[in-house]
Amino acid sequence: MTQIVSTIGDVIVAVLFVGGACLGLISSFGLVRLPDFYTRIHAVAKMTTFGALFVLFGSFLYFLFEMNRLEGKLLLAIIFVFITSPISSHLIGRAAYRSGVKLWEGSKHDVLYPLIHGSKTEDHVAAASDERQKSKGDQNS
Amino acid sequence: MTLSVIINIALVIVSLAILGNVYRMLKGPEMPDRILALDAVGMNLLTVAALLSVRARTNVYLDIILLIAFLAFLGTTAFARYLERGVVIEYDPNRQHDR
Repeated sequence: MTQIVSTIGDVIVAVLFVGGACLGLISSFGLVRLPDFYTRIHAVAKMTTFGALFVLFGSFLYFLFEMNRLEGKLLLAIIFVFITSPISSHLIGRAAYRSGVKLWEGSKHDVLYPLIHGSKTEDHVAAASDERQKSKGDQNS
Repeated sequence: MTLSVIINIALVIVSLAILGNVYRMLKGPEMPDRILALDAVGMNLLTVAALLSVRARTNVYLDIILLIAFLAFLGTTAFARYLERGVVIEYDPNRQHDR
């Protein structure tokens, strides 16, 4: 009986480990390939959180199944990472927007701009779009 | 096909992820890109510590997991605060609440 439980636990732990590592690799791929800070933070914030959570939960299950130990430190680490990793990503995104990091030049809307700067319109996006079309026209001519 | 082989595979995958993050941290055109990459490196290091503790069948690395989690969160918060305000710890009793 303990043999069966140990084998099933091994399979679950292995799936959690490789899945968490692959989530970390996906987040790294998005961080390298995406064009903009805001799209990069979209990729990284979710994937690193869940990659770390998968691996931590897998090691928690390993210590529970194989060694019959309930590791309180791992539970504490799981709760802490689950709370603080989205908070830190939110803080970086907020600081980046307020310190004036530009959006990707292909983006259409900036919903946050009138809320912070007080103007109703999205003139700056239209202005950027006009500049882009003008520069494209210059390149074509 | 034991568990240690799978842990080695996961370690290789996480190392590749850390390489990608370090590339963005060295190249990143803006300052928040580097901070985000540093946060991702911290999370992946936490993963590496958990994998190593399972591979060595011991629980002495679990303190390191907590320590890395605390340090990554504190460092990211301090950097974000510095980017947004220009100072890390500010004291101004007459400060108005700003939007």
